[in-house]
Amino acid sequence: MNVANIITIVLAGLLTENMVLAKFLGICPFLGVSKKTNTAVSMGIAVTLVMLLATAVTYPIHRYLLLPYGLGYLQTIVFILIIAALVQLVEIVLKKYIPPLYKALGVYLPLITTNCAVLGITMLNFTNVRITNYVEALFNSLGAGLGFLLAMFIFAGVRGRLESSDIPESLKGLPITLVAAAIVSLSFLGFAGIVK
Amino acid sequence: MNPILFAVIIVAGIGLVAGLGLSIASIVMAVKTDETVEKLRAELPGANCGACGYSGCDGYAEALAKGEAKPGLCAPGGADCNEKLGEILGVSVEMTEPKVATVKCNGTCDHVGNKMSYFGVSTCKAANMMYAGTSDCNFGCLGFGDCQRACKYGAIEVINGKAVVDPGQCTACTACATACPKGIIEMMPKSKVYAKVLCSNKDKGAVARKVCEVACIGCGKCKKVCEYDAITVEDNLARISPEKCVACGACVEACPMNCIAL
Repeated sequence: MNVANIITIVLAGLLTENMVLAKFLGICPFLGVSKKTNTAVSMGIAVTLVMLLATAVTYPIHRYLLLPYGLGYLQTIVFILIIAALVQLVEIVLKKYIPPLYKALGVYLPLITTNCAVLGITMLNFTNVRITNYVEALFNSLGAGLGFLLAMFIFAGVRGRLESSDIPESLKGLPITLVAAAIVSLSFLGFAGIVK
Repeated sequence: MNPILFAVIIVAGIGLVAGLGLSIASIVMAVKTDETVEKLRAELPGANCGACGYSGCDGYAEALAKGEAKPGLCAPGGADCNEKLGEILGVSVEMTEPKVATVKCNGTCDHVGNKMSYFGVSTCKAANMMYAGTSDCNFGCLGFGDCQRACKYGAIEVINGKAVVDPGQCTACTACATACPKGIIEMMPKSKVYAKVLCSNKDKGAVARKVCEVACIGCGKCKKVCEYDAITVEDNLARISPEKCVACGACVEACPMNCIAL
């Protein structure tokens, strides 16, 4: 394990391989809860948290339980099962011990159960050539989670501007949001190549 | 070991561990939730229609528990439901009067003709965009059944080109009124008997008469015979106040167009 590699992994997750803007995973919360900066950041933090936890559990299970027995093809179903259970558990724990955080995350936590960005990152941990061990997988999830948070934050700002601008009648609502999302995604293309 | 069996065992095992873990966690770390909210929620019909003005039945239950909302706003639940809400909260309920959707048009296919042959999208909303709809009457029911599709209770049906409400099924959730591009569906009191003008045509009498055999022509005969001052004529259209009407039937007999009904 070396530090340079870890920095590369986090940077890649943040910019060049951004979950939302480059890999197009987790578009639902990206469009659904990016209306206000507060909620967008809450969602981003929740997703980051769940991504980390999910990777912490799924990586060893896949590596030491599924792969040695040639059950790699069970990856998707097992991961869905684990992530769903994990999110439920996190919800119960938060409700009991940190009620303010539970209230702040509110409905977003259960929503993440079926978020493809979370499932995506746990599966991408095994196809990414940079990732060779557990710690690197964790950092990859952290980077992807922060990347998601960044995308949510930026887009919440963009949507704030959209609210106050004069938009043609036929483009109001979702159409202009999608156009804006495309432009933000395009701008992230500018980062391509800074991480090798 | 059989690989399929092994895979099944692995997945089932993980599921079992996760399930057990969750059920243990939910018992060990159980948190007392606000019981009133759950009780209130159980009384509400669960239609999530939004007639109360909140996001749904959950939202209304929470607002009730916090004291932000008053019981009695649930239209689909009716009087029983709202009384129970009041019991749980320990307050008396001022029930909003039960209402029923009323289609203010009497123009069935027998009475109104079509001004065009329409082959477009088969919804009132789409048809309404084309020269105010297919019907000769620019104000009346188009009969494509937008209201019928909007109704969750199967209480409104298009019969012979005009929407008809089944008062027994209707909960006055206003979904049909919102769906109607002509805005001719109104929530009117349910409990009382009173005369209704079944027309929304605001054109002058001669024009209205030409397009529909049972249109209100704004002649004012009903107003003259009404002894209770319940009828007003505005925009060439008579309107009967349900509060003042005693259902004497004088206007029904007086109406030359037969567009008033009890």
